Amino acid sequence: MWGKLSWAAIPLDQPIPLVASGVVIAVVVSVLALVVLKGWFPYLWREWITSVDHKRIGIMYIVLAMVMLLRGFSDAIMMRSQQALAFQSEGYLPPEHYDQIFSAHGTLMIFFVAMPFVIGLMNFVVPLQLGVRDVAFPTLNSVGFWLTATGALLVNISLLVGEFARTGWLPFPPLSELTYSPGVGVDYYLWALEISGIGTLVAAINLVTTVLKLHAPGMTYMRMPMFCWTTLASNLLIVAAFPILTATLTMLVLDRYLGFHFFTNEAGGNMMMFVNLIWAWGHPEVYILVLPAFGVFSEVVSTFSGKPLFGYRSMVAATMVICILSFTVWLHHFFTMGAGADVNAIFGILSMIIAVPTGVKVFNWLFTMYGGRIVYATPMLWSIGFMVTFVIGGMTGVLLAVPPVDFVLHNSLFLVAHFHNVIIGGVLFGAFAGYTYWFPKAFGFRLHEGLGKASFWCWITGFYVAFMPLYVLGLMGMTRRMQHYDVAAWHPWLVIAAGGAAIILLGIGLQIAQLVVSIRRRHELRDETGDPWNGRSLEWATSSPPPVFNFAVLPRIEGEEAYWGMKERASKDVILGPEPSYRDIEMPRNSATGFVCAFFATIMGFSLIWHIWWLVGVAIVGAYATFVVFAWRDRDEYVILAESVARIDRANRRARRVMLGERELVS
Amino acid sequence: MSFSDPTSERHPTDFAPGIEDVAEGDLARGIKSYLVGLGLATLLTVTSFFISGTTLVWGPSIPVALAVLAIAQMGVHLVFFLHIGTGPENVNNVMALAFGVLIVLLLLVGSLWIMSNMNRNMAPAAEMEAEAAPPPYVVGTLRLDGLGARLPAE
Repeated sequence: MWGKLSWAAIPLDQPIPLVASGVVIAVVVSVLALVVLKGWFPYLWREWITSVDHKRIGIMYIVLAMVMLLRGFSDAIMMRSQQALAFQSEGYLPPEHYDQIFSAHGTLMIFFVAMPFVIGLMNFVVPLQLGVRDVAFPTLNSVGFWLTATGALLVNISLLVGEFARTGWLPFPPLSELTYSPGVGVDYYLWALEISGIGTLVAAINLVTTVLKLHAPGMTYMRMPMFCWTTLASNLLIVAAFPILTATLTMLVLDRYLGFHFFTNEAGGNMMMFVNLIWAWGHPEVYILVLPAFGVFSEVVSTFSGKPLFGYRSMVAATMVICILSFTVWLHHFFTMGAGADVNAIFGILSMIIAVPTGVKVFNWLFTMYGGRIVYATPMLWSIGFMVTFVIGGMTGVLLAVPPVDFVLHNSLFLVAHFHNVIIGGVLFGAFAGYTYWFPKAFGFRLHEGLGKASFWCWITGFYVAFMPLYVLGLMGMTRRMQHYDVAAWHPWLVIAAGGAAIILLGIGLQIAQLVVSIRRRHELRDETGDPWNGRSLEWATSSPPPVFNFAVLPRIEGEEAYWGMKERASKDVILGPEPSYRDIEMPRNSATGFVCAFFATIMGFSLIWHIWWLVGVAIVGAYATFVVFAWRDRDEYVILAESVARIDRANRRARRVMLGERELVS
Repeated sequence: MSFSDPTSERHPTDFAPGIEDVAEGDLARGIKSYLVGLGLATLLTVTSFFISGTTLVWGPSIPVALAVLAIAQMGVHLVFFLHIGTGPENVNNVMALAFGVLIVLLLLVGSLWIMSNMNRNMAPAAEMEAEAAPPPYVVGTLRLDGLGARLPAE
């Protein structure tokens, strides 16, 4: 009846996961109780869970990413403290638990922190920057989000029910095959990623279509803000690369479930093919994450330097070159696996070449700042911190792209330090810059500056203290994923690294405090005009938070930096221009399709993991029925009357007129 | 950049096979395009099946002919069913197709190259020795499989 599932799946003998999941369950139950008792559930259901508004979905993606960041970071703290303690001792984490922790840490941070964070930012910002009312496929967008949430939920269920993979964040066979990993851990990994991978793919199809097909009148490709270009490149990469991941993991599923031999070490399987295919996805994935961050930095640096982005066209070209080149370097992840010198040399050279367009970008940001009136607001601090940190990470990357060097450093902590250097310094700093920068647009009030800056300094200090020792340790020969060790020389460096993690923890605490304080003081931090930073692109042309239809009248774009141009013209005439003629607006109706599909997908994933076959059938029928009901719906849009559009827009115009008047008085 | 402006109007003379004119809403012409496509696709399929078993053409040319017919088949599908043409609003689709083809080629050619190179480099010791052309007396005495096994019978 219940397949492999029994009470033995609950790890009653292991206090750490038991207590941790107890705390998580207590938090979830108390939040649910609060929602139900306060009567918030209908509001949440109507306005958020079933919402197809790209802004709401973007915000939910980011909330998911932040919650998962806390989980992933608690794994990091456990690893750092274990390694600080485990010199000539066992530490406090048994090996089988430690292995699950580093696997879960990597899986969560890449798939359920970095991915949803950048997809959330793109979802929220891109339609606003293009001057349109929604993404191309609003309901599909909701489906994509909820399938991602399903994947995150499955990974977290593994904490209490069963176990997680002990194979690292990429489950290399033959270790991940049934012979060597007979438990459900790898299955949790596989189904979480199969389901969330489909969610990511539909999100990307949606965003590619939006950037290519939906524009305000006059918004040609070469007038799009940089963030739209990086969104296009990043999502093209998702569309091209994620099917490789899904197909590769499906082959592993077939090996584990139906006795196939794609990657086994007997019966003609070839585990090297798995490594080859997973990195053919894995390297583009790096750029999927970092390109949107580059876009955020382009927007932030230009806004807070008060200058147009330097070398816009070279930036577009660099982005698209990275988009292609990222598919030609994947072998550098397995130089040591046995390819010959000619193969290694070609891929080594290509890996060095891809640093060139990235270098172009760094110089463009520097030249944007050069001669500008730089405002050191929190998003700008994250950007400058990024430039310094990312350049160091990039250079250690070029070092690792030299095959002979890689033979020395492969699988060492030097590599761990390198990719944390680019992912924290690049992707995460970019995500935080974007979060601080667009927060007032999303909620109508700014985040507290002082706490934001304090948090930035903790993060960047903590980062250097935590990861520079890892470079040293890598050169001293310490390999990654060690549960304990006996080398005395390593111990002090690992203690320092643990201290760095503690400083980062302080930074995270300050970020939580920043959010709480900002919500409490929202009236002081209110953004009345919708343009708190003196922005240059179209998202600042509407109110904060934007109305559900984004723009009362679609803006007409007459050049690069659409909104800056409008402001220049308006301040010349000291008027906003005549009031436009408002018309009725049709918007897509909310739909529970995404949530219900994901509900069934969760049941399907869970029952596949535990071999509860009848429940798999029920869940597939349920998900398909949901799709059929959605496809046969009669009404898919509702109308916002011209009067309400006018009422909402007039309030915003009034606020902007006040702003223009104030500017006039100052000058 | 060669991207088309999505807001631009199509010139009335811009017309390519398989391109549907949505604005006109002419159902008959839309169906006609699909029927032409279906006819061509069927013709190419029938020809492939016919040519694979025929003795009318020179034998070794059959695989080449099949490859040509297969590529033509893809072209027919792209033009008449997926409506990828040369019209200006199709630049996006053509570029997307080119990107897709490029990525698939990179992945296929790259994987084949990498894996074959690894197979050569990481072959079991016996095969490595065979490739390295060992001295003759080794072939006769130590290797009992393949060539070595047949030597004493001579």
